[in-house]
Amino acid sequence: MFAYWPSLVGGMLIGLSSATLLILNGRIAGISGIVGAMLRRWRSDTAWRAAFLVGLMLGPLVFAALVGHRPPMRIAASVPVLVLAGLLVGFGTRLGSGCTSGHGVSGLARLSPRSFAAVGTFMATAAATVFLVRHVLGGP
Amino acid sequence: MKIVAAFASGLLFGLGLAMSGMLDPARVLGFLDFAGAWDPSLAFVLGGAVVVSMAGTRVAGRMRRPALAESFDIPANRRIDVKLIGGSAMFGIGWGLAGFCPGPALAAVPLGIPTALIFVAAMLAGMWCFGIMNSGARTN
Repeated sequence: MFAYWPSLVGGMLIGLSSATLLILNGRIAGISGIVGAMLRRWRSDTAWRAAFLVGLMLGPLVFAALVGHRPPMRIAASVPVLVLAGLLVGFGTRLGSGCTSGHGVSGLARLSPRSFAAVGTFMATAAATVFLVRHVLGGP
Repeated sequence: MKIVAAFASGLLFGLGLAMSGMLDPARVLGFLDFAGAWDPSLAFVLGGAVVVSMAGTRVAGRMRRPALAESFDIPANRRIDVKLIGGSAMFGIGWGLAGFCPGPALAAVPLGIPTALIFVAAMLAGMWCFGIMNSGARTN
């Protein structure tokens, strides 16, 4: 039995989300961009961004209601590390114009050279960080 | 209608994240840990997402305008610059430290796990800092 069906089907749903937003609204489903633009003052496009985020947050609750249990979440990092990581993710995704969704899902699908460079970079630094934390420093 | 479409897109995204297992930082870090017990599931998530997203991009490419909006709003920038690489590198370090990227972190908010909320607060602060610095740089 292929063990990765939930990953594959879940990924396809994420791709469907990206396709839906592009075909219907002409927008890229990039989470960091959708949220980052909302942190500035109210603009005409704040409403659809908010609607997307409400849907995003309802998704896991709907999933939990359908399957009867909450999706597992195991967080090993300490609070100071989580704060540092959050700051880096927030600032970095805005400076780099995207994250795993905008550059990863949408950008790679559009064959954008910028997105290929971004994905290669963040995959490399993420893997290097995990290597350093787990195999050099002996962390979680 | 644009608001409803954005909500539906967000809901699909959140469902997909929950089904795929990507809300769980331990699994994400397992994928990024190439030197340890590597968990390939995230590759199936990204693969499934990109294939479906690519089909959407093909459909959108044949449309003169999106179904519900006046025009497509797609990044036209093709320059691979220091901001793109530096920002992506920062993002990757944060992602590797916590196992959270923006989509899963925000989708997990209603699940109410305190450490996840701390990460989200720090991430929003990081995005906000970028907004402040960026608006200061643009004086027009």
